[in-house]
Amino acid sequence: MSTAKTTAGADKSAAETSEQYLTFMLAGEEYGVDILRVQEIKGWDKVTRIPHTPDYVLGVINLRGAVVPILDLRRRFGLETIDFGPTTVVIVVRVMNGLTERTVGVVVDAVSEVYNVDAADSKPPPDVCGSVDTVFVKALATVEEKMLILLDIDRLIGNSIADEVSPGVAAA
Amino acid sequence: MTLDPEMAEIAKVFFQESREGLDVMESGLLSLGATADTENINTIFRAAHSIKGGSATFGFAEVADFTHGVETLLDQMRNGVRPVTPEAIQTLLQACDCLREMVAATEAEKPHDKDRIAALNADITHILGEPPNQAPTPGAPSGTADAAAAQPAAANESSGWRIAFEPVVDLLRVRNEPTRMFAELNSLGAFTARADVSRLPPLDELDPESCYLSWNIEIAGQIPRARLDEVFDWVDSRCRLDIVPIGSCAPLLPEPVASAAAPLPANLAVAQRGPASGAPVQKTAGESGSIRVATEKVDNIINLVGELLITQSMLSGFADGIEPDDLDRLRQGLSQLARNTRELQESVMQIRMLPISFAFNRFPRIVHDLSRKLGKKVELKLSGEGTELDKTVLEKISDPLVHLVRNALDHGLETPDRRLAAGKHESGTLELAAFHEGGNIIIEVRDDGAGLNKAKILQKARERALIAEDQDLSDEQIDNLIFMPGFSTAEQVSDVSGRGVGMDVVRRNINDLGGHVQISSKQGVGSTIRIRLPLTLAILDGQLVRVGKEVYVISLLAIVETIQVARERVNTLAGRTEVFRLRDEYLPVVKLCDQFGVEPDSRNATDGLLVVVESDGKRAGVLVDDLLAQQQVVIKSLESNFKPVSGIAGATILGDGTVALIIDVPDFIREAVKRSGGAVTAHAA
Repeated sequence: MSTAKTTAGADKSAAETSEQYLTFMLAGEEYGVDILRVQEIKGWDKVTRIPHTPDYVLGVINLRGAVVPILDLRRRFGLETIDFGPTTVVIVVRVMNGLTERTVGVVVDAVSEVYNVDAADSKPPPDVCGSVDTVFVKALATVEEKMLILLDIDRLIGNSIADEVSPGVAAA
Repeated sequence: MTLDPEMAEIAKVFFQESREGLDVMESGLLSLGATADTENINTIFRAAHSIKGGSATFGFAEVADFTHGVETLLDQMRNGVRPVTPEAIQTLLQACDCLREMVAATEAEKPHDKDRIAALNADITHILGEPPNQAPTPGAPSGTADAAAAQPAAANESSGWRIAFEPVVDLLRVRNEPTRMFAELNSLGAFTARADVSRLPPLDELDPESCYLSWNIEIAGQIPRARLDEVFDWVDSRCRLDIVPIGSCAPLLPEPVASAAAPLPANLAVAQRGPASGAPVQKTAGESGSIRVATEKVDNIINLVGELLITQSMLSGFADGIEPDDLDRLRQGLSQLARNTRELQESVMQIRMLPISFAFNRFPRIVHDLSRKLGKKVELKLSGEGTELDKTVLEKISDPLVHLVRNALDHGLETPDRRLAAGKHESGTLELAAFHEGGNIIIEVRDDGAGLNKAKILQKARERALIAEDQDLSDEQIDNLIFMPGFSTAEQVSDVSGRGVGMDVVRRNINDLGGHVQISSKQGVGSTIRIRLPLTLAILDGQLVRVGKEVYVISLLAIVETIQVARERVNTLAGRTEVFRLRDEYLPVVKLCDQFGVEPDSRNATDGLLVVVESDGKRAGVLVDDLLAQQQVVIKSLESNFKPVSGIAGATILGDGTVALIIDVPDFIREAVKRSGGAVTAHAA
C-alpha cells in the first residue's frame, strides 16, 4: 500500500521532484519502471508451465513460498524471441490489481541503470511508440541524450493477466 | 450514516457481536417453548439489551428503537407480568430475523425494510397492548432480577433524578465513554452535570488514559428509573453509582445500587460482551477462553509452516545422497524434525478449526419453522457438535446441509397421520451427526421417514433418459440417482423443495470441497445421507504424477485406483476418443498431455498409467506417464498473484523447490468432456 501511495503522491508533485526509474533492455530499446515497484531482480530459472494461458505467460515459480507468475516481455510486445542468455533476468515487480497487490516477474534481456528522471524531461508518448502500445507507456523521457520508455506497469501487467490484448499489440 | 474510522472499527465489533447476540436470542427462544425458565429469558433479554445499547451508542436509531420494543416485551416476560405464549415466541423469532437484516443493512449502509419493521412493531405493540398478568404472585416464575420491577411504583415516577457517578480509574481503558452516556442522558431530559475534579492528580502524574473525574448529575423530567439504569448498565460494575429522585430526601437505600448490579455475574458478562469493550482486557468466568483471530494472520502462519514442511522434505531428499558414518545421526535428526514439523502443523491448523456446532446451530430454528409450515412433528437430534473442521469448509458446507435438512423434512418425514398409519411414532426423528473417521469428517443426516421410493426414482430416471431403459442398477446406485442434475421426485413443486435443482448442486458443492456424498435408504424405514469431507482445505493428500517433464498433483480423495490397461481393453470411439473397459464399465481416457498441452513420453494409453478418478459421480481414466510419491501438499493459490485457471485448483511447492500444479478433478473432467465435443460423456458411476 505504501508503494501505491508514494507513487500517487509523486505523480501529483511531479513538477518539483524527480522519480527514480530502473531501466532494462528489450530488443535494443531501453524501458523504465518505477523503482519503487521493483521488489527484486533474479536470474532466470526453470518455470512450471500453466495450461490454457497465452504464450507470453511462461509459467510460475516459487518465490520464497509464493507462487509467482513469470511473463516474457518480448512475447508480450510481440517482439522476436531470443534464447535466454547470461544477462537474461527476471524483474520481480509489485503491481496493483484493483485494491490488492500482485507480485509478478517479467523476463527482460538485461537490466541497465537506475536514473533520476525529472518531470520536466518526460513527455507524454506519441500515438505510435516503437513496438509498444502507447496505453502501456506512461511517458517518454530523455536522460543523458538517451530516450527511455517509461512503462505503466500496473496497466501492462493487469492487461496481460486479464488477457485483454489491445489492438496495437495484436497488430505488432 | 457514516462514522469516523475509529468508530467504524468498533462498530464492526458491534455488528459481529450483534449477530452473535441474535444467535443467542434465537436459540434461547427456541428452547423457551419447552421450558419457560427465568434464566433463559434473562439470557435472551441480555442479548437484546446489548444490541439496543450498542446500536444507540453508535447512533443506529432504527435498530435501537426496534430492539427497545423487543426488550420491553422480554422484560415483561422475565418479570412474569406477561405470559410466554407460542405466539409471542413466534413474533420474537421474527423480530430476531428482522433485526438480523437490520444489522446487515446498517453495516452495508443500505436502507431498512420499513414496512416489515412497522408490521413487526405493530405485532409487538399488540402483544404489549394486551392486559398483562396480575402482579407477580409469590411463587410466580420471577427471578432475582426482578428487584428493579418490584420496587415501589413511586420510585419509578419522579420529576427528576440526581445521580452521583464515580467511575473507576480504568473506565476508559475498557472503552466506556462517559460523554456518550451523557449524550444519551441529555436526550432523556434537561441535563446538567458537574464534574468533581478532586481525584485529579498533578499533571506530571496524570495518566491520559485514566479517568479521574466523577460527576454529580441532575436530570429533570418524567423518566422511568429503568431508562437510567440502562444508560449505566455497561458501567455499573465499574463505578459507584447513586441514583435518587429529586425531592426525595429519603436516605439512599443500598437496594437500588444492588438492583442495578444484580445479578452481578450476568451483568458483568453483558458489560464484557458489549460492543464498547474492544480489547479483551481481562477474562471473566463466562468466556470460553477463545480468541478472535483474523483469518489472514492464521493463513500467514500456515504458510510459514508449509515452508517448514518444504525444507524438511528437501533435507530428507538430501540425506539419501550422503554416505559417511554420521548418516544415522542425520537420519535421526531428520525424523525428529519431521515429527516436530507435523506436530507444529497440526497445532497451527487447530487455530482454523471450529466446532461444527457453528453450522448445526441454525437447524433447530429451521426445523422449528419448517415443521410448523409443513404440519409435521419433528424431533431434531444433534450429535458430535464439538467435532472440529476447517473454517472455510464449515462455511461452505452450511448451505448444502440446509438443503439436505429441508429435503429430509419435506420428502423424507411423513405427516403425523401417515406415520401413525405406518405404525411409527407420530413425531419423526431427524438426526444430524458429525464425527471423525480416518482423517476425514463425516456428517450424517438421518431421518426415520419414508425412505426413497426406488421404483419411482427408477421410473423418473428412465423418463428423463438419465439411464438407459434396460440398465440394471443396484439399490445403492438407484438411490444415488437423486444426485443427477435435473432430478426431482417431489410430486408437487413446493416452495420448500422440489425444483429439481438441488441435490446435484449439493453434490457439486461437496465435491468442490474435495468431499464426497452418498445416500442409503430403506423404504419405510428412513434415509441416511453421508457426507465425507477433508479436515482442511489448506493441505491435501496428493498423488504426484508425471507427464513428460511436468509434475502434477491429484487429490487422493478423487482417485479410485490406478491401472495399466492391456491393448485389447482400449477401443476408439468415433475414431478419436478412446475408451477403456474397467471390469463391467467403459470409461473415457483423458490424456493429461493433450488437456494441458505438454509433451509426454507416450500418447499411447497402453504405455502409461491410467489414474481412474471420480467426481460428480463421473469416472474417467487420466493418462499419465508415471506415478511418483504420495505426499501431503500445502495448497497455494494461483489467484493471489495470477488468476484462476480452468482445470487447476492451485499450486504447491515440492521438496526440490519447484512449483507443481494441483489438478481440479471435477473441473478437469468437465473440461475434458467439453473438449471432446461431447463425443464421450464420462461414465456415471
